[in-house]
Amino acid sequence: MIVSDARRSEGQTIALEVHDLTVAYRDKPVIWGVDFALPERQLAAIVGPNGAGKSTLLKTIMGLITAASGQVRVYDQPLEAVRKEVAYVPQRESVDWDFPTNVLDVVMMGRYGQMGLFSRPGKADREAAMSALEKVGMAEFAKRQISQLSGGQQQRIFLARALAQEARLYLMDEPFAGVDAATEAAILELLQSLRAEGRTVLVVHHDLQTVADYFDYVLMINMRLIADGRMEETFTTENLQKTYGGRLNLLSEVAHLATRHSHILQAEKKPE
Amino acid sequence: MMNELLDFILLREANTRYVVAGTVLLGLTAGMLGSFTVLRRRALLGDAIAHAVLPGVCLAFMFTGTKDPFILLVGALISGGLATFFMDVVQRNTKLPPDVVLALVLSVFFGIGIFLLTMIQQSGMAAQTGLDKFLFGQAASMMGRDVVLFGLIGGSVLFILFIFFNPLKLISFDPAFASSVGFHVFRYDALLTALLVAAITVGIQAVGVVLMAALLVTPAVAARYWTEDLRVMMWLAGAFGALSGWLGAFASYYIPGLPTGPCVVVATTFIFATSMFFAPERGVMARWLRHRQTGRRIMRENVLKTLYQLHEEVPEKQLFTLHDISEKRFFVPQELALCLRRLVKEGYVRQAERGYLFQQKGWEEAIRITRLHRLWEVYLAEHLAFPDDHVHADAEAMEHMITPELEEKLRQTLNHPLHDPHASPIPYNNSASTST
Repeated sequence: MIVSDARRSEGQTIALEVHDLTVAYRDKPVIWGVDFALPERQLAAIVGPNGAGKSTLLKTIMGLITAASGQVRVYDQPLEAVRKEVAYVPQRESVDWDFPTNVLDVVMMGRYGQMGLFSRPGKADREAAMSALEKVGMAEFAKRQISQLSGGQQQRIFLARALAQEARLYLMDEPFAGVDAATEAAILELLQSLRAEGRTVLVVHHDLQTVADYFDYVLMINMRLIADGRMEETFTTENLQKTYGGRLNLLSEVAHLATRHSHILQAEKKPE
Repeated sequence: MMNELLDFILLREANTRYVVAGTVLLGLTAGMLGSFTVLRRRALLGDAIAHAVLPGVCLAFMFTGTKDPFILLVGALISGGLATFFMDVVQRNTKLPPDVVLALVLSVFFGIGIFLLTMIQQSGMAAQTGLDKFLFGQAASMMGRDVVLFGLIGGSVLFILFIFFNPLKLISFDPAFASSVGFHVFRYDALLTALLVAAITVGIQAVGVVLMAALLVTPAVAARYWTEDLRVMMWLAGAFGALSGWLGAFASYYIPGLPTGPCVVVATTFIFATSMFFAPERGVMARWLRHRQTGRRIMRENVLKTLYQLHEEVPEKQLFTLHDISEKRFFVPQELALCLRRLVKEGYVRQAERGYLFQQKGWEEAIRITRLHRLWEVYLAEHLAFPDDHVHADAEAMEHMITPELEEKLRQTLNHPLHDPHASPIPYNNSASTST
């Protein structure tokens, strides 16, 4: 609360505000008292070890999982009031890609929220879907059956569907997981252009090697929020150790990171 | 036989018309609805509900003493609804996996149903005869009034399916996303379940509770083999269902006393088996043919490559015997003979008296495949840091898969190398044939 108020006084609009969010699966808490305020126009990453509740946090923000307690506000309004401003990209593996439909149909699903229940997609919807497909470089795949897509192409289709929603806040669950290098670069470029358009993107990210390069804001969680803020101030060895605990294999990754991103560590050492 | 068949096909008798209309309508409804339940992974739910309507039917009969279809339907609806409610409650409050909950509710409700049915049969109630038809169905016993009632219910089910096509498609494909854009997945699942209960209720008289699930699942699964489009799949499943219903009705009409349910099941199963084997693209046969074709292509490419290597070793040599080829590389003799026969037939090589000669087509193909093999070896060694003596095995597989576009990229990336890691030259010029 204090943090977000302070930021607001700096004149930054807050895109997503989460207050004291607690989620439990049958009495077992998975997220505990998470509290943060994400300023708009950021590329933000959620990092944390497996089972830290990263995906659960996104799903709870979207209302897919009911929180035990806490509150979520998007652009200072309850989610229901601004649902059309928020786009969610689930994990690619969460659906059956052998479903009988084609690429354009899936992207068109991004328009369902805007279209209303009973209407058929109109010209504007089709154009939005096609332009989204172009942005992810998949326009010539519009009529392709989704069962024929590679993993990277599946991920691009999911992103295109989110783009077709024309939202202000994007929540993405591991968009970089299991894609080839070319797709990774294309996705990164896409995220950056979203930011340039003034949108806010919050991404669950698992690759510690690239977090600092790809994102400018970070939430570090391990059931509870360990740290959040601008990348250079927050993504520190100390916070990484707190987030990943005593896991040896990850600590070695951290050591590797410390050498690779020495510029960040130097920035941290500078007197405030 | 002929006359009866004609009577049936031409719908000469009023009763035939009712029976055919009823079962065709039922098949259509069940097939189309089944497309969604199968894709939503709720196939077993239909089976559970179908079994669970039996106690409702029995109780409705016991309380009223009539076989009025409307009253029995109300009983079935209540019983089916209760079953889904129980499933939901048990699911929410226990850690039992969904299949256990389904099996539990199915067997408990069906057990009670059979218990009640036996009671009725031993009670000596005047109108009890024929209630056991609900187990396996008896389309021939349908009356005009039943058909009108079924038509109303079936029509409503289809109407609702079309109205809610988009949301139902969305929740079947990606429920998490559906709920993120504001669709209440739980409500649509409830709607789908309600439609299931309604369709099953219509179906109990025609095909019976035990086998109703076959009409909900099999046509949809069969239809999936033929198409990649959900709309087409729905219509096709509806058509398969209708056809099965018609066949079932006919069997039941032709052999009095034969229950409809098993006939319908035999018909749907036949359609399913045909689809599974003969559907283009997804069918077993198509897959097998594709597999065989790939196998033949790989064999052809390997033989041609071997011929090229033989030529490379002794450039003046133009004629290759079976013995030369097997010396160079192991092939199963019969397979090699077969392959060479195909190569001759397809114009890759020419058979001379004492061996085989390259034709232009075969020469070009041999060069291409050798080049791909060696380019890939260079790529592995240079870009993926494979040791030189480990690149061959991988290239053996990749040479058969590399597309022309990928080859072009490889060439550019590697800057048109002249030799592979084993210092063999990489052939680029297709036209320089030694063949005559």
